[in-house]
Amino acid sequence: MSGARMSALATLRSQIERIETAEVGHHHDRVALGHSEVDHALKGGLARAAIHEVFCEGRQGAVATGFVTGLAGRVTTQRPLLWVRQDFSELEAGALSMSGLAELGLDPRRVVMVRAADVESALRTSADALACDALGAVVLELWGETRQFDLVASRKLTLAAQSSGVTGLLLRMAAQPLPSTAETRWMLRAAHSPPGSASMPAAPWSAWGAPRFDVELLRNRHGPCGRWIMEWKCDECQFSEPSAYPQPVAAAPAHRPDPAVLQQRRAG
Amino acid sequence: MIHALDEAAERLGLHIGQPLANARAMCPDLKVFDADVVADAKTLSDIADWCDRFTPLVALDPPHGLFLDITGCAHLFGGEAALLQTLVRALARQGFAVGAAIAGTSVCARTLTRQTPGVIVADGGEAAAIDRFPVSALGADETITTGLRRAGLKTIGDVASRNPSEITARFGARFSTLLAHALGQGDAPINPRKPLPDYIVEKRFAEPIATDTMIAMTLSRLADTLIASMEKQGKGARRLEAAFFRTDGVVRAIMVETGRPVTRSAVIDRLFRERLDALADPLDPGFGFDMVRLSASRTEIVVQEQRDLDAHVHDNDELAALIDRIAARIGGKRVVVHLPQDTHIPEQAVLAAPAQHHLAVAMQAEWPARAESEPPLRPLRLFDKPEPVTVPFATVPDGPPHQFTWRRAKHAVVRVEGPERIAMEWWRQDGKQLTRDYFRIEDAEGLRFWIFRDGLYEGEVFDADGKPAPPNWYVHGLFA
Repeated sequence: MSGARMSALATLRSQIERIETAEVGHHHDRVALGHSEVDHALKGGLARAAIHEVFCEGRQGAVATGFVTGLAGRVTTQRPLLWVRQDFSELEAGALSMSGLAELGLDPRRVVMVRAADVESALRTSADALACDALGAVVLELWGETRQFDLVASRKLTLAAQSSGVTGLLLRMAAQPLPSTAETRWMLRAAHSPPGSASMPAAPWSAWGAPRFDVELLRNRHGPCGRWIMEWKCDECQFSEPSAYPQPVAAAPAHRPDPAVLQQRRAG
Repeated sequence: MIHALDEAAERLGLHIGQPLANARAMCPDLKVFDADVVADAKTLSDIADWCDRFTPLVALDPPHGLFLDITGCAHLFGGEAALLQTLVRALARQGFAVGAAIAGTSVCARTLTRQTPGVIVADGGEAAAIDRFPVSALGADETITTGLRRAGLKTIGDVASRNPSEITARFGARFSTLLAHALGQGDAPINPRKPLPDYIVEKRFAEPIATDTMIAMTLSRLADTLIASMEKQGKGARRLEAAFFRTDGVVRAIMVETGRPVTRSAVIDRLFRERLDALADPLDPGFGFDMVRLSASRTEIVVQEQRDLDAHVHDNDELAALIDRIAARIGGKRVVVHLPQDTHIPEQAVLAAPAQHHLAVAMQAEWPARAESEPPLRPLRLFDKPEPVTVPFATVPDGPPHQFTWRRAKHAVVRVEGPERIAMEWWRQDGKQLTRDYFRIEDAEGLRFWIFRDGLYEGEVFDADGKPAPPNWYVHGLFA
């Protein structure tokens, strides 16, 4: 191999190295979700300045919305959140309700909603918004399979997010996962409220607790995948391991231990 | 009935208001078209648009007149005579029969246009110019015109020679004011179609421009000039309008609004680029534009904020700029912020308002605090219109359903909490609305619904015979 070619190769290699390290630089910025196993799989938490995709079946739209809302709440606590949605998804899955958002512990004052007529303008708007560093996160909500959201569009969003440091969250309802440049990809399903314990039988009319998600991590660029049950704590504004009890239970009397509690302690 | 006619028909002795049968009798091969008042009004307003190139103050004088206030504009076109000639020739070339006159007052100019088009009357010469014309030329009511003629006052000069108080006593104050205005004594302001913009810059081209690059370049130069003139008075633009005058008379106006006063031409440039890019019916240059005008129709005094020290201010500015850009592209009503409303009806609890105008208010809004350590009581996704569900039966009359069908899928109810009773605001609605009992429901799959029964059981819903009917059930929202 001639010297000139060698030197050209060396230059290219160093360029690639520089680009890669620049990308990694951003990836240090992670935010813990609160669920220890998930955070471990994510190497410390959800990466900022990247794109994360959340998929679900059509009827599970609200569940996935809740999860995305939770991610957005973790990613940013102060900065505005731009929520871009397609007109059609509002017809299918209902409109994002600010009262409901407030109930999850997020601040509706920080939400700016963009009502895009179609996928194309939604994509364009979110790419534009991801480049604006005043925002904390951008959510793009799409319904159904779309031709417009291909690898090129995905790469555009990723580049915009990397350059500005804004986190992009994609909510894809009634869509199948396809190759993309996303940092993580999730599949969301509804999870039951926890059943009652022996001391508190699961009566059909009993009260039930915080939002629960059956979360499957389908793709993780920097770690393993997996499937967990996650619960959203509205008061603390973070995720957590599923709690066994829907309601706070009175402490068991010290002199006469509850057999159910003992069993569980042994199992745990 | 004849609604309008051309010169040839007028020469034959036909007149407006004549029955069509009479006219046909006088002229058997008369060509007749149906009158289309709406299209006529549209054409008149199109012509008014075109006339914007001469002066920003153009007023409609229906059914087929226009007033142009050319005060201070005539010299731009080489004087009043040259302006009149340019205007009449250009309109005649477009196929309109046009008469025009210039005078010190609008009423006088209109009278002249009807009688001797093409005349220019200097200030003070109004009375002399019109005193030989018949009273009908004033354009007063038919009854007044007839009344004047009966009184033997055939020409405007005759009427003017009478004592004004007599005229007022006989024909009313409105007519005497009209007469005074026609004679050049005082003037009624015309009623321009558009409010006068605060700042206008425009560029005319000897050779029409048609390419996108030329249009963009022209706009950015105009933006520079506009910003320079606004800067002198410390103003920024909140609403901008670019008007493109096509050589064939069509005028296209494009408006851009901003949430904060704009003080940089690069911003104006970018907003218009976004807007032009996203137009559903793109700017069609046809044979080219011979004039482009940029005007700031709403401006505000710019308050200088200290930017460097306060990152928060910078962020808010950036956000406002982003909202402006998105709004320019997809429309201001499509970018919204949310304001809490003082009502407990779920679908009215939040108002979505355009972000451009309400961003600051929304950021300060007071939202009701959520109940600590309670699960969410309101759904995350709310249907605009509650969707009906079929409930086969409810075990307890007032209780929740055991299963229901929504969107053709059956859901078995596993957990329920409720009811939460929400009564409608009886003091607001005209019609009576039913009380709703809301239930939070979890089905076998873990999906959570917000379901309500519309109306109390055996209390509010009745069938045609007046007997109590089972109330309907609806899904109003979905919980996460």
